[in-house]
Amino acid sequence: MPEALFHHLPVLQVVLTLVAAPLCALAGSRWAWSIATAASIIAFAITVTLFSSVLDGTVISYHIGGWAPPIGIEYRVDILNAFVLLIVSGIAVLTLIYAQKSVTAEIGSEKHGLFYAAFLLCLTGLMGVAITGDAFNVFVFLEISSLSAYALIATGADRDRRALTAAYNYLIMGTIGATFFVIGLGLLYMLTGTLNMADLAQRLFDHGDNRTLRTGFCFVLIGLTLKLAMFPLHLWLPDAYSRAPSAVTAFLSATATKVMVYVLLRFLFAIFSFSFAFEASVLRVLVLPLAMIGIVVASVVAIFQDDLKRMLAYSSIAQIGYMLLGLALVSQTGVMASIIHLFNHAITKAALFMAAGCFVLQAGTTSIRELRGIGRDMPWTMAAFVVGGLSLIGVPLTVGFISKWYLVEAFIAEGWWPVALLIVASSLLSFAYVWRVVEAAYLRDAPEGVVRKEAPLSMLVPMWTLAGMSIYFGVDSSLTSAAASRAANALIGASNLFWQ
Amino acid sequence: MSHHLVLRVVANLLLPFILVFALYVQWHGDNGPGGGFQAGVVFAAGMILYALVYGVDALKKVIPAKTSIILMSLGVLIYAGTGLSSLFLGHDFLDYSGLAANSTQGQERGILIVELGVGIAVAGAMIAIFTAFAGRTPEIEDKEW
Repeated sequence: MPEALFHHLPVLQVVLTLVAAPLCALAGSRWAWSIATAASIIAFAITVTLFSSVLDGTVISYHIGGWAPPIGIEYRVDILNAFVLLIVSGIAVLTLIYAQKSVTAEIGSEKHGLFYAAFLLCLTGLMGVAITGDAFNVFVFLEISSLSAYALIATGADRDRRALTAAYNYLIMGTIGATFFVIGLGLLYMLTGTLNMADLAQRLFDHGDNRTLRTGFCFVLIGLTLKLAMFPLHLWLPDAYSRAPSAVTAFLSATATKVMVYVLLRFLFAIFSFSFAFEASVLRVLVLPLAMIGIVVASVVAIFQDDLKRMLAYSSIAQIGYMLLGLALVSQTGVMASIIHLFNHAITKAALFMAAGCFVLQAGTTSIRELRGIGRDMPWTMAAFVVGGLSLIGVPLTVGFISKWYLVEAFIAEGWWPVALLIVASSLLSFAYVWRVVEAAYLRDAPEGVVRKEAPLSMLVPMWTLAGMSIYFGVDSSLTSAAASRAANALIGASNLFWQ
Repeated sequence: MSHHLVLRVVANLLLPFILVFALYVQWHGDNGPGGGFQAGVVFAAGMILYALVYGVDALKKVIPAKTSIILMSLGVLIYAGTGLSSLFLGHDFLDYSGLAANSTQGQERGILIVELGVGIAVAGAMIAIFTAFAGRTPEIEDKEW
């Protein structure tokens, strides 16, 4: 690749999808899908190039407008955000391939141009959040991705009118979250006079602990945990995920909350630090218990859902609890467990929601009761669902097991046996809700007079790619665990330069 | 609103000034208060005033729904296109130095084009949002609740 092109890759990563979005809107329904898919494939190719060049620990810095940081906006690619970019753009490609049939069935054709434009804007926002090294720029991209996500969820109204209220609730909650976040940023800016993340870390350290810093930290923490649906700030999530169009749910569940977890990691450990005593106590006293309660409560609620998508949505809240558990441990192994679960859960949950979308297309329902006997009519879809379900439970040879292994190991290393036990015990709860679906699908007879066909190939292939990855990386986790471990080291190493 | 003579006369008087003022704010954004966002909002406010006095249908004749989508998209494309063109001139994204013979002139030219894109996008979006809400007929009837 020519040197000049390579130099500009960080910005092209975000700009190409941004340019493709209005083109989708202009081109209309006929070409929108092709433009969106092509743009996302290019974005994924750029990510792969960036990822492979930062794998050895180099950091790529790009100055927007030629203005050097800390004055100008800096795009900064290190192994951690390259890993997150890989998840986001990879899932986007698979979801778009999957979306063609699913979206045609669920959304009126006159809206397709705008739908794919919103999808690309959401992708742009999420990649922008991940790639930028400027704290305020995070907020801007956060709003781009959130606003387009609200619109995407509202397009579910063609199938279920309640998507509109779900989108509206998400809009209100998401805006409150963003407000908290930006107030926190304002306080940090007041304290330091800078918005560049690396500069912020340095200056916060020079400043030392004080009340404004603590207040700013709390605002940022609350804003982000609202956006990533930490229990009890999760109330927007079940409605939003269960009523959005299937492709949107698959994309958002795998990327939106994951990117928020990334931002939280970045703020907690690269801008603030382990050695910031107040942070450690907030994480251990507040976030850790809430994550544990969230895992149990959300899993129990999931057991009693009849709607498959809603059940998976509650399961997502529980899984976010595991990620928060890892980072609330405030240790290198804990952070690594969080990062690896971020990847593992993204592919698992995307596969599961894709299976749910196949049921919507072919059976016209996501009610578990009405999906009786579906395992015989749609064997491939249901088999992918089972693989995903096993991974949620944490059965060996799936990625879910790898996540839980590292998480339990991290807690045992710190001597926190009760939490480790809870993680293992919570698998039983996941087993309960996955089993309900498996039982209905394989052991019950189909309702009378219902004809259901297997999902089309264009939906099976992306779904099985993800399900296959859930098995592949469960058997051979060397790639993901190496990436996660290096990412954790890079993250913590960056701030420990200052906060010793 | 044909009977609101005063409103119509005042609106007719104000409209040209609002639109010209929007352009003023647009072109003076680089060396005074204002810029693309504000100009777009002022311009759209003029259009909305027109719709309030003469009805949404009259506005839709001037700017159909399709046109406002084109305006929004065009604005973003002008913005991003300017940024990308600086890549071809050998500078970083949104570094306008290469757009003219000397760097200062290039910066000024670049920011004017970018702000024009912002203005068009904002005006298009404001008008689209207004017509979407104002032109909406209730889909859910009372008995359906």
